[in-house]
Amino acid sequence: MSTNTAETSRKPTVPPRSEGADLELKGITKRFAEFIAVKDLDLTVPSGTFFALLGPSGCGKSTTLRMIAGLDAPSEGEILIGGKNVTSLPSHQREVNTVFQSYALFPHMTVLENVAFGLKRKKDKQAMEKAREGLKMVELDHLANRRPEQLSGGQQQRVALARALVNRPQVLLLDEPLGALDMKLRRQMQFELKAIQTEVGLTFIHVTHDQEEAMTMADVVAVMNEGRIEQMGAPRDLYELPKTAFVANFLGKSNLMRAQVVGQQEGLIEAQTAGCKVLIPVERAVQHEGDIVIGVRPEKLHLHREAPQESTGYNELSGQVIDVSFTGTTTEYLIEVPGIGRIGTFSQNRGQQPAQMGDTVYLSWDSAHSFGLAGDEVVDAGVDQT
Amino acid sequence: MSKMVMTNKGKIADLRSADEIKAERRKGRTGVYLVVPGMLVLFLFFALPVIVLLSMSLYARPEGAEIGEFVPALEFGNYVTVLSAYWSELVRSFGFALIATVLALLIGYPMAYLVAVRLRQHGLLQGILLVLLIAPFFSSFILRTQAWKQILADEGWVAQTLKLIAVLPADGHLTATPFAVVAGLTYNFLPFMVLPIYANLGRLDTRLLEASGDLYASPVTSFFKVTLPLSAPGVFAGTLLTFIPAAGDYVNAALLGNNRNTTMIGQVIDSRFFKVIDYPGAAALSFVLMLSILILVTLYIRRFGTKELM
Repeated sequence: MSTNTAETSRKPTVPPRSEGADLELKGITKRFAEFIAVKDLDLTVPSGTFFALLGPSGCGKSTTLRMIAGLDAPSEGEILIGGKNVTSLPSHQREVNTVFQSYALFPHMTVLENVAFGLKRKKDKQAMEKAREGLKMVELDHLANRRPEQLSGGQQQRVALARALVNRPQVLLLDEPLGALDMKLRRQMQFELKAIQTEVGLTFIHVTHDQEEAMTMADVVAVMNEGRIEQMGAPRDLYELPKTAFVANFLGKSNLMRAQVVGQQEGLIEAQTAGCKVLIPVERAVQHEGDIVIGVRPEKLHLHREAPQESTGYNELSGQVIDVSFTGTTTEYLIEVPGIGRIGTFSQNRGQQPAQMGDTVYLSWDSAHSFGLAGDEVVDAGVDQT
Repeated sequence: MSKMVMTNKGKIADLRSADEIKAERRKGRTGVYLVVPGMLVLFLFFALPVIVLLSMSLYARPEGAEIGEFVPALEFGNYVTVLSAYWSELVRSFGFALIATVLALLIGYPMAYLVAVRLRQHGLLQGILLVLLIAPFFSSFILRTQAWKQILADEGWVAQTLKLIAVLPADGHLTATPFAVVAGLTYNFLPFMVLPIYANLGRLDTRLLEASGDLYASPVTSFFKVTLPLSAPGVFAGTLLTFIPAAGDYVNAALLGNNRNTTMIGQVIDSRFFKVIDYPGAAALSFVLMLSILILVTLYIRRFGTKELM
């Protein structure tokens, strides 16, 4: 996971021009006949934020986006943009533009006419000039007179982006805009989108099911599941300290194990799992007594061939390697720990392999890296969901 | 696929075996054989009649000949005679056909839009309406027109009601008027307008309408800027399919019209052929009608046509 490398370089050199507006959702519920797509959602997105709504398909994120755009009406609740209640405004009267998943470019118009469409509706006298500038921004000004069908997927995506951006909406909505692109182009577009957002300083709401995409681009990520927001925060905070099993598993990978709290000392909770003692910082635990779930990220684990020296502040487990898979930069290991289950970890491929199939190995991790979840969590919630 | 290579002598060598070459030639000939029946039918029932019609239009009537007796000639004067006598019927035919086409478009487009776009989520209702639209085709064209004669008759409720609310003067008529003829044409050719537009709008991507709404276009603007331009090929096909048969139609004018100001060119051709027994005159008029339609349609395609039709 490359979560934290861009943290500093991403910061804009000048404070973003705050052209966007705050977006507020108050108690939004959306029902489709029997099915509840969004349940009592409260959300505030401050102006100029790159906000990602992340969740598996069917979690209600696209429905939320459509309600903000005005394409669907909420069953209950209010939507405020820049403090103004827009709940009952039709989409064409909202200062919101969308980059659609299907791009939805008008096939009977040229690329330039597509980009100028919104400006012309707003009776902008410089519609054509602004549209040209918009195309220049996404580096497609040389294709202005082509038809959308003559462009590649990546180019169409950029036209869709330019068509929305030139209107300088208060809020820009992106509905899985990179979904149809191949991996390489996707990475490039993620970078460009982020750069453009920093440049124009608009409020971006980006809907995606790709956790890596959400983490690399967004200032704030909200993880959505079954119509509710599970957890919201900066990508690094969310990754390092998940509060639910769903977030722990959906955002990256986690090793979760059931344990019982046996005591507490010096700001550390002491828990017992399959006869092993495990420590968790009190502030990193959701629940402080009884049955809990302990979690640790795979990359925080150290793999040893021999039992490591007892060191304070480290948690230790041992088990047998039951699967080794080579992925290029790393080798992933699956270790069966008696009484706990399977624990995953990996090591960088820097020479010799630290362990072979069937080896008995020892795992240790800094107790400051453990996190504690409520005991009633389903430990495999959100695993392999997209 | 071609197995040709340049030999060092610069000649093209064919590396295919003799059998392969034979098979390929046979494949080429199969295509020709398949076209033959169609060409034969076209020749017998289109090309040949047109040639017969053309030569017939130039026949002359010898001095003192009996009725229906004509001799082969190159009498181009036939065209001058019929055109000077019936140009007003020709112009009227195109006028009526044009009005009927415009009316059919104004009535038919909303119908097609309702069924194809608005009711897209309601398959059953969509099916029922579509069947209702096509159902009139199952009864005879003449019968349907005859029924309209009854509906619009002086003692019918339509005329009575219109007289009651003084839209129609007390001594006015609906039948035997240009109105009735145009109404009949509009009604009879409406499905030819609706079906191509329906087929086109059925493929309309409604996400484009969401996009246009998202880009500040009101529903009305979205219609004129997105829906209508995208359905242009359907409108184009519909107008052609309505205008061409309407211009040559004579049933509506015969049943719903009068003998003064509703006569269409089809009626004239009919009576030249079967009542007056003036074969060259009728043939010349038929030819003029065909040619005028061809010219009008070509102009229309040049002006509004899409690539697919050219």
